[in-house]
Amino acid sequence: MSTRSFGQPVKRNEDRKLLTGQALFVDDVELPGMLHVAFLRSQVAHARIVGIDVSKALQRPGVIAAWTAADLGAYWRHGPLLVPPPPIPGTIFHERTQVPLAKDKVRHVGEPLVMVVAESRYIAEDALDDIDVELEALDAVVDLERALEASSARVHDDLDSNVSAHVHQSKGNYVAAAAKAHCILKRRFLYEHGISSPIETRGVVANWDARASQMTIWDTTQAPVFVRNGLAAMLGLNERNVRVVAPFVGGGFGPKIMMFYPEEVLLPWASMRLNRPLKWIEDRLEHFFATTHERGQIHDAEIAIAADGRILGVKDMFLHDGGAYDPYGLTVPINSQCTLLGPYVIANYDSTFTQVFTNLPIVTPYRGAGRQHGVFVIERLLDLAAHELGIDRAEIRRINLIPPEAFPYNNEIIYQDFAPLSYDSGNYEPVLDMALEAIGYAGFKAAQAEARAQGRYIGLGLACYVEGTGIGPYEGAKVQVQSNGKVSIATGIGTQGQGHFTVFAQIAAEQLGVAVTDIDVVTGDTDQFYWGAGTFASRGAVVAGNAVNEAAKVVRQKALKLAGELFECSEDDLVLENGKVSITGVPGQFITLGDLAGRANPMRGAVKPGTEPGLEATQYFGPPSGATANGVHAMIVEMDPRTFDLKILKYVVVHDCGTVINPMILAGQIHGGVAQGIGNAFFEKLAWDDQGQLLNASLADYLLPTSLDVPRMELSHTVTPSPLNPMGIKGAGEAGAIPVGPLFAQAIEDALDLPSRGIELLEIPLSPSRLYELTRKGERS
Amino acid sequence: MKPAPFKYIAATSLAHALALKSEHGDEAKFLAGGQSLMPTMNFRLARPTVLIDINGIDEVSGVDLSETGPTCIGAMTRYRTLERDARLAAAFPLIREALPEIAHPQIRNRGTLGGNLCHADPASEMPALAVALRARLKIQSSTQRRWIAASDFFLGALTTDLQPDEMLTTIELPPLGPRTGSCFMEIARRRGDFAIAGVAAMVTLDDDDTCIGARLVFCGVGEMPVDASDATDLFKGEAISDKAIRDVAALAQNMIDPGGSVHASADYQRHVAGVLTERALTTAHQRARDGQ
Amino acid sequence: MDNDLHDIALTVNGAAYNGRVESRLLLSDFLRHDLKLAGTHVGCEHGVCGACTVLLDGEPVRSCLMLAVQANGHAISTIEGLASPAGDYTPLQQAMHDHHGLQCGYCTPGILMTMTAFLDEHASPSEDEVREALSGNLCRCTGYQNIVDAVMTAASRMRG
Repeated sequence: MSTRSFGQPVKRNEDRKLLTGQALFVDDVELPGMLHVAFLRSQVAHARIVGIDVSKALQRPGVIAAWTAADLGAYWRHGPLLVPPPPIPGTIFHERTQVPLAKDKVRHVGEPLVMVVAESRYIAEDALDDIDVELEALDAVVDLERALEASSARVHDDLDSNVSAHVHQSKGNYVAAAAKAHCILKRRFLYEHGISSPIETRGVVANWDARASQMTIWDTTQAPVFVRNGLAAMLGLNERNVRVVAPFVGGGFGPKIMMFYPEEVLLPWASMRLNRPLKWIEDRLEHFFATTHERGQIHDAEIAIAADGRILGVKDMFLHDGGAYDPYGLTVPINSQCTLLGPYVIANYDSTFTQVFTNLPIVTPYRGAGRQHGVFVIERLLDLAAHELGIDRAEIRRINLIPPEAFPYNNEIIYQDFAPLSYDSGNYEPVLDMALEAIGYAGFKAAQAEARAQGRYIGLGLACYVEGTGIGPYEGAKVQVQSNGKVSIATGIGTQGQGHFTVFAQIAAEQLGVAVTDIDVVTGDTDQFYWGAGTFASRGAVVAGNAVNEAAKVVRQKALKLAGELFECSEDDLVLENGKVSITGVPGQFITLGDLAGRANPMRGAVKPGTEPGLEATQYFGPPSGATANGVHAMIVEMDPRTFDLKILKYVVVHDCGTVINPMILAGQIHGGVAQGIGNAFFEKLAWDDQGQLLNASLADYLLPTSLDVPRMELSHTVTPSPLNPMGIKGAGEAGAIPVGPLFAQAIEDALDLPSRGIELLEIPLSPSRLYELTRKGERS
Repeated sequence: MKPAPFKYIAATSLAHALALKSEHGDEAKFLAGGQSLMPTMNFRLARPTVLIDINGIDEVSGVDLSETGPTCIGAMTRYRTLERDARLAAAFPLIREALPEIAHPQIRNRGTLGGNLCHADPASEMPALAVALRARLKIQSSTQRRWIAASDFFLGALTTDLQPDEMLTTIELPPLGPRTGSCFMEIARRRGDFAIAGVAAMVTLDDDDTCIGARLVFCGVGEMPVDASDATDLFKGEAISDKAIRDVAALAQNMIDPGGSVHASADYQRHVAGVLTERALTTAHQRARDGQ
Repeated sequence: MDNDLHDIALTVNGAAYNGRVESRLLLSDFLRHDLKLAGTHVGCEHGVCGACTVLLDGEPVRSCLMLAVQANGHAISTIEGLASPAGDYTPLQQAMHDHHGLQCGYCTPGILMTMTAFLDEHASPSEDEVREALSGNLCRCTGYQNIVDAVMTAASRMRG
């Protein structure tokens, strides 16, 4: 096909608006008469609310309203449980979801207490100072282990402990396997993940049009359809009377899918009450508390290993910081539990976790969504085993890889999508080999020795991972040829910069023989497409992409059928390319797709029974279970042995996410993931004090990596298509971020020769200061 | 994050600015480059009731470099101007070396030397440089003017000797002696961040390579710039050896008072301050010898 | 305190604007909400992320760290003024498109303004210089590599 674009590095359709300042983001919505909202948020992590007095605020010129929980009446209710716990026998789960405004107690710093509406955001912030809040401070629950002691304060008074959930999953028989082990290595691992911190914070604009009985909400959400359905129910409106638009969203990485945020619930309600449009834009300070986080886990893990380095079994018990409420169920710790198994044959696995309520902001998935934590544990265990057994670290990985003939590979435990954790396809060893080749593994030891002789300390890291992607339930798409010949695609999925406007167009272009630039994609507008779930879990390309493909196929068939009738020839003799249908071998005989679309919607005559007007189709796609991508990252660092300053000299990613739609966009996803992984491994740390106060709530102190901290990356790919969808696609959104922690730990250990000094890096994030402390501690002991 | 209300007055001359400050005192703040003040106002940590914008005053801006005498830098001179002044860079290599460590280009386009010194952030580079270079600061009010040594100007974290009616107008740097080598080094988590520890080192040699003077001033490891030059007394009258440098660094480590932060423990700060001291003194010594 | 209002006159992308602003109004808010030039984005309002970078008399500055009233008498340039009226990209815009130098595009306005000024002064920058110049603009999506490549390509194309 001359216009073939599928699989090509097609430049993005969405760029023009973004490059010229014409894209619409939520904060760009300006409506006549719009009011502005600010929230008074709790300054303490845990307290009983004694009283709130807003009377002074209401006297301030320009202030329209100041509402507390009491003012919400019956509208005040707990948010929904977004993801119930998977059906794992014996699971304990205590559902305690967030509320729009705190009523009796505040449970984390930043929890909203009062909603202030004013003529401008400036005035609304002024009014926050006018509000008197009396709080009776309680002990804050911050430390995960102390939270579980009987003497601990309780985040939720009606529970008899701070346990949010307790889950046990196992396969095989770990105890029996351990009995046969050559050795068992047991360690404690600490892994903290940070905040997604997109450059665009969250925001909501709500506009109630009473005459039209129409509520329009612009929301920085990754899941507009769910937001519409939920808000319609809460507001007592029909879903058809609520339109949620997720316009251009300035990065999300997970937390923008959380719902319902208090502000999402309150703005529409207030707009109906005041009959005015309202805007709330989260400021950067609020973002540190009002948007969900991902945070820490403490793993006590052991590996039972044979003398030849084969993994006999792994046992893990971990604590997961869930924050003050648990609306997202168990997605993050289940991901940790499942992803720990990695690309390896681990016949015996015994894993238990406890999700703990703390007086810290809510935890929901952020790029990687707990997978990092699991990957860190297994990769570090393998490094420890390799050191213990004197086996090369690449070899110990190689001999444990799941062989290609073993797929589909059933890991026998339940994944976050409620389906058994089964890897659909994979061919892992070539990926490892390519990474070793690319990083120069074979020659590295010599290079390292040579560098050391010159007083330079270089080290290599190598980490493998798998990533469950592309989970259900489903997405849908409507593909329509318009009479001007251009194609329109609408899907309910949101977008946050992943290039959906281009990859979905590439998929449709493949079926319809039109140029990618002639295809207009609409995402995230519930009036354009009614059904859908959202953009999360590396699923957009897989699930919505396949829906677009199916719908485009139907449109193709419709076009060929109609043209066949027109030309009175067999559809087999027709070619659909360059925007027209022509007869093979008859160059002059053709009709454009636009003209066909016009004929498919005739002014006179009858549309035959059993056919639909227009060249249009809507299709849905729901995979039975997720597709499992895999990859290997390798890195060479140079360390300053005295300051522990670190420079990344080389970074290699080899990745397999099945069929690639657009290698340019895929590379971008990997680059961005690695950058966030580097942030997680070495820069970003939420620093809490023991009363739940965040000590670094600014971008000056919460350290996002800059252009000087993220190295050039060398990428390569293998392609093992997924059998679970017709296009063979696997997701890629999170892959870059997942294995970076163990890579840093291993590379730093290697550079400074720490294992032989008895020093092990068993925690993330690391920093020069922390490395100094760990090495000093190691040397003292 | 919007600032609280204030009254804004654009000063039209130095005299006007000083008169306004004299009138409003502590209630008022000068708005220089605004790169430290505006963030704190946006966070509502600073809430001046009057903001006197001194960006329109030309009298306190610019570099007056002298071949023989002191160099005068107007307090409102922006980092950008300093960065592009090749003669200043040649005369004071320390300044050239430290400037790229200060935030990022956009900030340096607005930020001013005087504003930075008056903000007196203990982790900031310029206060330490001012002390290391033995700067004298000209302070003016509507009724009087005085000079103060930089070393006496800083009183604590974010605290200076400035009185409510005063403005820092000029930074005067005495010329460096011949055969003076200098070096600025710092450790920060990311380039442009405030220093976890930073050190300005200067070494002056006589014709026999004997040390006849040395300066050692830290940023980021105390409530204000820490002048640990006394530690370099070990060098005096000697040819500087590696061992002497290590000994000076060890002495200096005991003269600083790091507080630790979310980015680094106090132990680490003290440790890297020592490492940086060794390296900066070594480089400064080398530069003095090589006539750089 | 009563609103402290000031009349200001300035040019934005060459066009003259007059306005009456409250003293505390940030330049970023003035551009976005008063002048409806919403292409300039706001990411942190404390001068770290760089998304709000505009050119003040040709030099990149954080518009969240300036008051609108301070722009009185000055010339501001924003992303809206980069492409030609006919829509032709500047070399940097074109290179950003060609190299996939943006994903969500939220930080892009600040990056375009910062690096446009940088390229005016650096005809043949090294990659290190580009990375240094870019380090005051945070991007959470791209990992910077494609932005760096775009700037290098733009420089090369501008040299002809």
